[in-house]
Amino acid sequence: MSYTFDFGPVFAAWPMLWTGVLGTLKLSSLSMVMGVALGVVFMMMRTSNKAVPKVIAIGYIELIRNTPILVQVFFVFFGLPALGLRMSAEQGAILAMTLNCAAYAAEIVRGGVQSIRSGQIEAGRALGMHTLDIYRFIIFRPAIRAVYPALCSQFILMMLNSSLMSSVSAEELTYFAQTLDTQTFRSFEIYFVLGVVYLMLSQFFSVALQVVGRVYFSYPTK
Amino acid sequence: MIREFGSAEFLFLLEGARWTVVLSLVAFTCGGTLGLVVALGRVAKPALLRALMAVYIQIFQGTPLLVQLFFVYFGLPLLGVKVDIWVALTIGLSLHTSAFLGEIWRGSIQAVPGGQSEAARALGIGYVHRMFDVVLPQAFRIGLPATISFLVNLIKGTALAALLGLTELTRSGQLMANITFQPLQVYGAVGLIYFFICLPLTYCSARIERRLNVAR
Repeated sequence: MSYTFDFGPVFAAWPMLWTGVLGTLKLSSLSMVMGVALGVVFMMMRTSNKAVPKVIAIGYIELIRNTPILVQVFFVFFGLPALGLRMSAEQGAILAMTLNCAAYAAEIVRGGVQSIRSGQIEAGRALGMHTLDIYRFIIFRPAIRAVYPALCSQFILMMLNSSLMSSVSAEELTYFAQTLDTQTFRSFEIYFVLGVVYLMLSQFFSVALQVVGRVYFSYPTK
Repeated sequence: MIREFGSAEFLFLLEGARWTVVLSLVAFTCGGTLGLVVALGRVAKPALLRALMAVYIQIFQGTPLLVQLFFVYFGLPLLGVKVDIWVALTIGLSLHTSAFLGEIWRGSIQAVPGGQSEAARALGIGYVHRMFDVVLPQAFRIGLPATISFLVNLIKGTALAALLGLTELTRSGQLMANITFQPLQVYGAVGLIYFFICLPLTYCSARIERRLNVAR
């Protein structure tokens, strides 16, 4: 082996990579928040008694869950402008990731809602509460609490998936790493450091979100 | 001249889909074999081995598949190994698969009641037979739905091969979108092909899971 490792250029470009980290966090957190919100809508449609919303929701969820996110982002970023919907790389990335996240979030949240005992919901209905009020006051918090770990892994998954957004040149971590690669040709070192940074990010969020969850959901259940 | 997206173009996408399927099967087979080793290591006696496997799994679950593939594709040549894109992708996807399947199968092995293993030991059955004839067949049943779900993830993951330049389904779509200037139709078609490859698997997995839950 005659290759000399040189991590110098990678660390010299640290400010650029830091911008990338921020970009990655922006993409994944924005699309996570919007994705969960949209996912809740799909979840409500999925569990409703009416056939039409139910079929639409199931179709959407299955379509998203059975196609690669890479194809979804290509469809959004290259395909939708044909319909007159123009967007920047970042907007396209956030839109694609939100649409993707919504399908997964809908299924996760549905699991949580189904864990609520039906007596609770019936009690709400007996008190004459509106469906939305039942969701708001009775179902959501315990439901989210029940599936909080799954939502956390979904966020970390979104963060890792956001690396694919480099393919439409959204400015996130992998995008900057590739830029750096074309400037310095230090591929091995760059992708090694890139892997380490992602690993640190996912470990950090896995612990941090757990702590947040413990604080936020620390009320007694019984 | 700009071509329209018609049946000939769709056939081109299907040609690409063939490589998506081949790549998935190769990675699943190699990764599955390695994954079994990872899973067995993860439930083995020596604490060091278990910790090592846990770190291995953590590395692959904590970094994006794209970065893993880049690392293999650009890293191996530095070690003096000349890698063909197929070799790089097979290695990258197999390692990725082995970590995920290893973790899934660890869970299913541990879900087999401990009495089974103890009974086998009491009968004087050695490690190999205890694992392969007693524990693993039962673990297989438990782990099947999750394994199939992962296969779906793997098929979707092979789309990343397009970013390294292998002409599988997604890359065929990119090429076709550039020729026809009809990205909406092309990527729609690409998505549908993936959908019809993955949907039966998803359906299978959900069915098996439901049946297992009823049996329990």
